[in-house]
Amino acid sequence: MKAPERYYDFEKDISGCGVFGVIHKKRGLIPGDLPIRSMACMHDRGNGLGGGFAAYGIYPDLADKYAFHLMCDNQAALDKAEDVLKHYFTVHLSEPIPTRKVVTIKNPPIVTRYFLSIKKERPAEVRELGEQDYVVGAIMHINHKVPGAFVFSSGKNMGAFKGVGFPEDIADFFRLDEYKAYIWTGHNRFPTNTPGWWGGAHPFTLLDWSIVHNGEISSYGINRRYLCEHDYLCTLMTDTEVVAYELDLLIRKHGLSKEMACKVFAPPFWDEIARMPKQEREVYTALRMTYGPALLNGPFAILVADNTGLFGLNDRIKLRPLVVAEKGDMIFMSSEESAIREVQNDLDRVWMPKAGEPVIVHLEA
Amino acid sequence: MLFQPINRNYHDFSIVRDKDLCINCKVCVRQCSYEAHYWDEARQRVMADSSKCVGCHRCEALCPTSAILIQKKHSDFRENALWRPQFLKYIYKQADSGGVLLTGMGSPVNIPIYWDRLLLDASQVTNPSIDPLREPMELKTFLGAKPQKLEFTKGKDGNPKLKTKLAPQLELNYPLMFSAMSFGSINFNLHIAMARAATELGICYNTGEGGLHKSLYKYGKNTIVQVASGRFGVHRDFLNAGAAIEIKIGQGAKPGIGGHLPGEKINAMVSQTRMVPLGSDAISPAPHHDIYSIEDLGQLIFALKEASEYRVPVSVKIAAVHNVAAIASGIARAGADIVAIDGVRGGTGAAPGMIRDNVGIPIELALAAVDQRLRDEGIRNRVSIVAAGGIRCSADLVKAIALGADACYIATSVLIAVGCTLCAKCYTGKCPWGIATNDARLAKRQNPEVAAQKMINLVHAWGHEVEEMLGGMGLNSIESLRGNRDKLRAVGLSETEMEILGVKHAGR
Repeated sequence: MKAPERYYDFEKDISGCGVFGVIHKKRGLIPGDLPIRSMACMHDRGNGLGGGFAAYGIYPDLADKYAFHLMCDNQAALDKAEDVLKHYFTVHLSEPIPTRKVVTIKNPPIVTRYFLSIKKERPAEVRELGEQDYVVGAIMHINHKVPGAFVFSSGKNMGAFKGVGFPEDIADFFRLDEYKAYIWTGHNRFPTNTPGWWGGAHPFTLLDWSIVHNGEISSYGINRRYLCEHDYLCTLMTDTEVVAYELDLLIRKHGLSKEMACKVFAPPFWDEIARMPKQEREVYTALRMTYGPALLNGPFAILVADNTGLFGLNDRIKLRPLVVAEKGDMIFMSSEESAIREVQNDLDRVWMPKAGEPVIVHLEA
Repeated sequence: MLFQPINRNYHDFSIVRDKDLCINCKVCVRQCSYEAHYWDEARQRVMADSSKCVGCHRCEALCPTSAILIQKKHSDFRENALWRPQFLKYIYKQADSGGVLLTGMGSPVNIPIYWDRLLLDASQVTNPSIDPLREPMELKTFLGAKPQKLEFTKGKDGNPKLKTKLAPQLELNYPLMFSAMSFGSINFNLHIAMARAATELGICYNTGEGGLHKSLYKYGKNTIVQVASGRFGVHRDFLNAGAAIEIKIGQGAKPGIGGHLPGEKINAMVSQTRMVPLGSDAISPAPHHDIYSIEDLGQLIFALKEASEYRVPVSVKIAAVHNVAAIASGIARAGADIVAIDGVRGGTGAAPGMIRDNVGIPIELALAAVDQRLRDEGIRNRVSIVAAGGIRCSADLVKAIALGADACYIATSVLIAVGCTLCAKCYTGKCPWGIATNDARLAKRQNPEVAAQKMINLVHAWGHEVEEMLGGMGLNSIESLRGNRDKLRAVGLSETEMEILGVKHAGR
C-alpha cells in the first residue's frame, strides 16, 4: 500500500528483556504456576514496565471460537469496540477476564474476553475476504479506529495476558495460576523509556501467533517499509510487531514453512551458502535475494508459538541469550538456564542453540 | 595591451615559479599539454603563460624541485552578488566565439549537497555494535528483478528445492560499480584498468556508449555493455559480451541532450570499436530515435532481451529530472530489471556548462522519491535502483543505500583515484594526466597495471569503511541498511526536504 503521510516519522520503543517458553509435545497440560515461577526467577531482566504470558489450550470448551481479549480505557471505548465486534461476528460468550486486585498493579484497563465466530451474513464491504483476513481486518478496525480500545489476543483456544508490571504481578492480576496450558510463553520487559501502555507489553499476538521477544531489531526501518509494501502498517513502534507481521506474511500468505521463515529472519552467511550443495545453495541464494528486506538484523532471541507448536530463534551472531532444555515430552526455552532449573532441575538435555539455528517443536497430532 | 582580446587577462590561475628552486629542466614544458610552460630561447629559461593554465596541477606534481605553485589568480573583479566573475567570463568568451560554452566533469556550482546534511546512526548500549574485523560483514549485492515471493518443492532428499524461476541477476561483491565512461572519452589504458579492477573486485564496470574493444571481451562477466542513442559499437557480439545491458536514456550532467565525441579523439582503435569513420565526429542524438515514449522503451528492452536470450538483466539509465519517480515507475513496468539514476552533479567528458549547471535535480532527492514511489506502488522488488552522480566517499555510498539504492555508480571518484584533478577540460582531448585523451603521448601516462591497482585500492578502502559504519549501526548485512532511512537523520533541512528524503531531523 502507499505509505501514509509521515510514515517515516516514528519513535520506536527500545527494551531489553527476559523470555521463557515451555511446550508439552503430547498436549499434556502444564499449570500456570510453572511459567510464573520461571519468570519470577528472571525478575531482574525487567524493570516493572511490562510483563505478560501467552497460553495455548486454555479454552477447550470453546476451541473453535475466536477468543478475543480486549483492553479498554473506559466503558465508552468498550461499548464502541463491542459494536464493531457485533458488526463482524456472532458473539457466543462475553465476560470480564477474571482478575484480582494486586497492590503493585496501578490503574488497570477494563479487560474483557469475547468468544466469536464469523457472521453468516457478512457486512458487504468485507464479504469477499478470506476468513483470516476478515478477522485481521476486524482487529485492525478496533485497534486503529476505536480510541481507547485494543484487541490484545485473537486466536482460537489460546490467550495472551499482559500489562504494565512485573510478570509475576501481571500473572497474579490475571489469576494465571488458575489456567492450564500445553504451551506457555512469558515475557519480562526492560524498556528504556516509559510508554506505560498495557498494549505495548509482550506477548504480541495476531490470530493464533504469539511472540515474545528479547532484542532490538536494527533493521526495523527497512522491515517496516517492506511490510508497508505488503499492506501491513506498523503502528505500535515495537520490534515485535514487525516479527508478527512478517510471520503472517511469510507463513500464512506466502506459504513458507516455519523453517524457511526462520531462515528469512536469520539467514546463513554468503560464505556458508557458497559451500552448500547446489540445490541448497540455490534455495538460500534466492531466499536472501528475495527476502533481504525482511531479514531481522540486530540482537534478538524470539519465541513464537501457535496452535501447532513453539519455536525459538536467535539472530545470526547470537547477540542475545537463549537456552533450550528437554525433559520427557516437555521442551523449555529461556533467556537463562536458572529459570528452567527453578521449575525442572532434573533435565534430560540442556543446550545453547547456535546463532541463527531455529529450534522448532511441533505438537504431536 | 589594447590589441589583446578583452578576456586575455581574466584567466583562472597564476603559475608561480620560484626562481631559486627552478633548475630549468623543462619537465613542466613537456608535461603541460596546454603549452602554458615554454622554453624562452632569448632568456634561456623556462617561462609560463598563465592564461593557458587549466589548473590541472600536472606540472606542480612533477616538478623535481617543487618550484611551481598553481594558484587562483588574485586579481578579483569588483564584488557583485549577482554578476559573479564566472558570468562575466562566460559573456566575454561568448562575445568572442558566438558558441555554446563547453565544459567537462560534474557541476561545481553550489547546488545543495544533501549527503552533507544527513548523518548516520550508531549503536549504544541497547544493541551492540559489531566489529567487522571479528565478525562477518556482508556487502554482497544482487541487481535485477526479484520475485514477490518464493515457492519451494520437496527435492528427492526431502529438502526444499527452489520452484520459482529467478530473473537474471548481476552479482556484486560491493554495492558499487564503475559508471559509464566510453572508450574514446577516456583512453584504452583506463578501459583495461577498469575491466581488470572490476574483475579482481567482483563488481562491474560500464562500457559507456563507445562499444567494447574485442580484447576486453574476456572481462565480460564484469562488464555492463551500454546501448545509447548513437548505437555506437552495438552489434550482436557486443550485446552478448557483458553481464548486463544498459540502455542509456540520459546522463546527469546533460539531461535532454545528446553527446559529441570530436573527430580528433577518434583514432583507429576508437573508430573500429565505435564503428564510425576515422577522424569523423561521433554524434549521439538527444533522444533515441526509436524511443519517443514509454511503450517504445518497452520494445527496446525486450528487443535487447531477445538478442541476449534473456540471460542478462537490462538496465535503463536516466538523468534525475523533475518527474523522475513517475518515469522510474514506468521504466520498471516497461520490463527493465535495473533503473540507474544519474543526479545533477554527475560527471561528463563534455557538456554545455549551462545544461550541466542548471538542468536536473540532486540524486539524493531523486533516489528517495523513486524508492518511495516504487514501494508505494508495490513494484520495488521488480527493479533494482542504482544511484549515480557525485558519490564522493564511502559515507555518501552508505547514505545512498540507506535512502534506498541497491548500489551506486562511481566514475569521477575512479578518475580521481588515477590522478584526475577535476580541471574540467576533458572535452579538449588534451588531458595532461593521460585520462580523457587518446593522444598516445599523453595516454601512456596511465599505466593500466598501476591504474587498476589504484581503483582496487579505492574500492577496498571504501569497502572497509562501509563495513565499519554498518557494524557501528549494529548491522552485519547490507540488505538491512538498504532503504533503512531510520539510520539517517537530517541536520538543517526544511520540512519539505525531510519529507521527500523520508528522514527525521537529528534530535528526534
